[in-house]
Amino acid sequence: MSNAIQPAGDHEVFEEPVPPMQQLLDNPFLLLFIGIAVPTVLYIVLGVMEIVAIPIAK
Amino acid sequence: MSAILPPPERVWWKQPLDRVEGLWIGIALVWCLIMFFMMPYWHVYGKQNLANEAWRTTPEAYMKKAEEVVAKYKVREETDQKIPVVHPPAGSDVYLVARLWSWWPILELEAGKSYRIHLMSMDWLHGFSLQPENINVEVHPGYDHVMTVTPTRAGSYSIICNEYCGINHHTMASRLYVK
Amino acid sequence: MAVNRMFRTCPASGLVFHEPAENLMKANAVAAAVSLLVGGILAIGVTLTRWQAVHMLPPDSFYLFLTAHGLNMLVFWIIFFEMAILYFTSSTLLKCRLAAPGIGWVAFWMMVVGALMNNYAVFRGDSSVMFTAYAPMGAHPTFYLGLILFAVGALISCFVFFATLVVAKSEKTYNGSVPLVTFGAITAAIIAVFTIASGAIILVPTFLWSVGFIDHIDSLVYRTVFWAFGHSSQQINVSAHVAVWYAIAAIVFGAKPLSEKVSRTAFFLYICFLQLASAHHLLADPGLTSNWKIFNTSYAMYLAVLASMVHGLTVPGSIEVAQRQKGYTNGLFEWLRKAPWGNPAFSGMFLSLIGFGFLGGISGVMMGTEQLNLLIHNTLYVPGHFHATVVVGTTLAFMSLTYFLIPVLFRRQMMFAGMAPWQPYVFGLGMMGVSLFLMGAGTLGVPRRHWDIAFAGNPLPYEFPGSAWLMMALAGISSIFAFVGGAMYLAITVGSVFFGKKIETPGFKEISAQQGMVGRPQPAAAPADTTVIAGHQGGVGAGGMCMVAPGTFVLAIVFLVSFVLYYFINWKYLSTVWPLR
Repeated sequence: MSNAIQPAGDHEVFEEPVPPMQQLLDNPFLLLFIGIAVPTVLYIVLGVMEIVAIPIAK
Repeated sequence: MSAILPPPERVWWKQPLDRVEGLWIGIALVWCLIMFFMMPYWHVYGKQNLANEAWRTTPEAYMKKAEEVVAKYKVREETDQKIPVVHPPAGSDVYLVARLWSWWPILELEAGKSYRIHLMSMDWLHGFSLQPENINVEVHPGYDHVMTVTPTRAGSYSIICNEYCGINHHTMASRLYVK
Repeated sequence: MAVNRMFRTCPASGLVFHEPAENLMKANAVAAAVSLLVGGILAIGVTLTRWQAVHMLPPDSFYLFLTAHGLNMLVFWIIFFEMAILYFTSSTLLKCRLAAPGIGWVAFWMMVVGALMNNYAVFRGDSSVMFTAYAPMGAHPTFYLGLILFAVGALISCFVFFATLVVAKSEKTYNGSVPLVTFGAITAAIIAVFTIASGAIILVPTFLWSVGFIDHIDSLVYRTVFWAFGHSSQQINVSAHVAVWYAIAAIVFGAKPLSEKVSRTAFFLYICFLQLASAHHLLADPGLTSNWKIFNTSYAMYLAVLASMVHGLTVPGSIEVAQRQKGYTNGLFEWLRKAPWGNPAFSGMFLSLIGFGFLGGISGVMMGTEQLNLLIHNTLYVPGHFHATVVVGTTLAFMSLTYFLIPVLFRRQMMFAGMAPWQPYVFGLGMMGVSLFLMGAGTLGVPRRHWDIAFAGNPLPYEFPGSAWLMMALAGISSIFAFVGGAMYLAITVGSVFFGKKIETPGFKEISAQQGMVGRPQPAAAPADTTVIAGHQGGVGAGGMCMVAPGTFVLAIVFLVSFVLYYFINWKYLSTVWPLR
């Protein structure tokens, strides 16, 4: 992508690199992965593991 | 109409924050952390924490324990259905049975003493709601949930079901006495 | 490629509609309105039965109505409307053809069939299991099958949305990043995928159980996984209605986000953490440890609450900046006083923002606190809370968006134009009353989903205090206002869509997607990115506190103070309850 060009003072016209965080936010599929992986692990997997680990009554 | 148009700058990540946003984010973050740490704080210094103690069991095994306690500590019966009233010694294990659509037995406790109260359902989900004290706990079939309760004030309390459990859900109410 | 390339440009808004996308938006919006109508009619039965002086329905119909009301409102109305929003934010805002409209139609019809099947199961009378359908209480197999079909249809729609993003990117219909509103919709779609997948994980085995292929469904696992569906589906709403707030601020005021970075990062926090709040429902359950409960219920240290607090500032903040640029610079609040309060798109959106924040947000955090949850778990406080979030927050935001969409999408003039300005107030204030009074009743211990708080005929009844009965009556009266507001909405929208005067579009012509491509951007993209600087000039003088949106900041502080007070009042209340450990 070499569209927008930042006028940068008296420098030559140059392409400012897109910061990594913006690249992440511009990538819906990476976000999709994060948005599914985080709750699946922290909520569902850990939760079900705790339920499975409930001891049997004496 | 910029929120519905692509951002005009190619790189918007480096735009400086306005003070109103920066300040608010700071304040909000501090508040969020306070709220978060209130929960562990209350586990250490607070007195009202729901127990994590739970056991996997079957309705039959649970019912057997409940019946043993009733046989030992029954003091009288109430209503036409002859629901036993149990007066267990302080510190003992007390079993409360939730089933369609009643609580069994009725408990009679003493103020200032602690009891290990067990909660379990025989069939579907039920909701333990102690009124007017307002302690509300979910009651599952197959999971014996043990909490140590210390009544503080004498009186007649009600236990009502507050998890929908079918057509007669609204008739599921019982008592709890504190001497 | 044999794709339909019919585009039209709306002369009023300048938006570019792709015809197949437009038809899908219309179909989904109409299905949503029908669900809202059904759910609304059922609401009368629910609310007039709870009001003990009226006590309209017998118990079996009450529980049936409550089940159908919950499903039609929480699932069908909202998700149909969200699918329309997904198509709008992808195809229309990105000026892009919709990827695979045929698949979009398959998804739509699956959702319709699913919704009908589920309603059929409930109205048969043997599936009054509530929206939550907690196993081991069982419903008719078609109940689960309907929900599964609906969910899979919605999932397919989400993928049509994602595919459209890919098409837009590869056909270069926009430059750089997607609009903020589209980003909000991406957030909603991502949460939707997680939601629907969780729904499938639990509903498919439950369906198999209902037809006898599986003999046991664990109640605790069901509740845990179900809420990843049940609660997260409401988090789709939060993301979608926040996106709608930004859209309306942009449409009505030409407001620009204070900063793309902050607003998008806030949405990113939603993507990561909002779904964890499903744990709110499990705080009073046995077996799950406090570690799991605290971490999940707090959305990982309240980072999603932080995000909501940020949106709550930046949406009105961006409006304030836009208004100040128009010259409403006197004092702290001239921008707000002189806002178009007679425009239902704005007034609805603003009431939605206030109601969601003050009523829904604060109460939600209170109930989502591990120990405080003991006080209100399963009481009417819970419906009180979610009528503030889902009805005042989401439904009102969606309603205000339709006032914009009727002329733009349906190309009809608004009917009952004299009534429309009143609708958001009647509906919004009525519903805020419902929320407030239900929360009041819940604080007094009144259980939710309960036919008779008088316990008539019970040998051991509990006598609720008179104030609880008063709360129920007040909730009933407020709900009548809300109902009238809802009827006004349906009259206006249905009337306009089917009988409103057609708006002829002189500029209507076919253009190919190639022509729809944007040109190279002007290198000097300067005029648009001066928000911050221009905003500064509109701030209050050159004093120490030079802010672009001082009025909004004051409102935010008022919000924070109410939040802090209410939060600690509840801790104080909890400290008087019997010790438990």
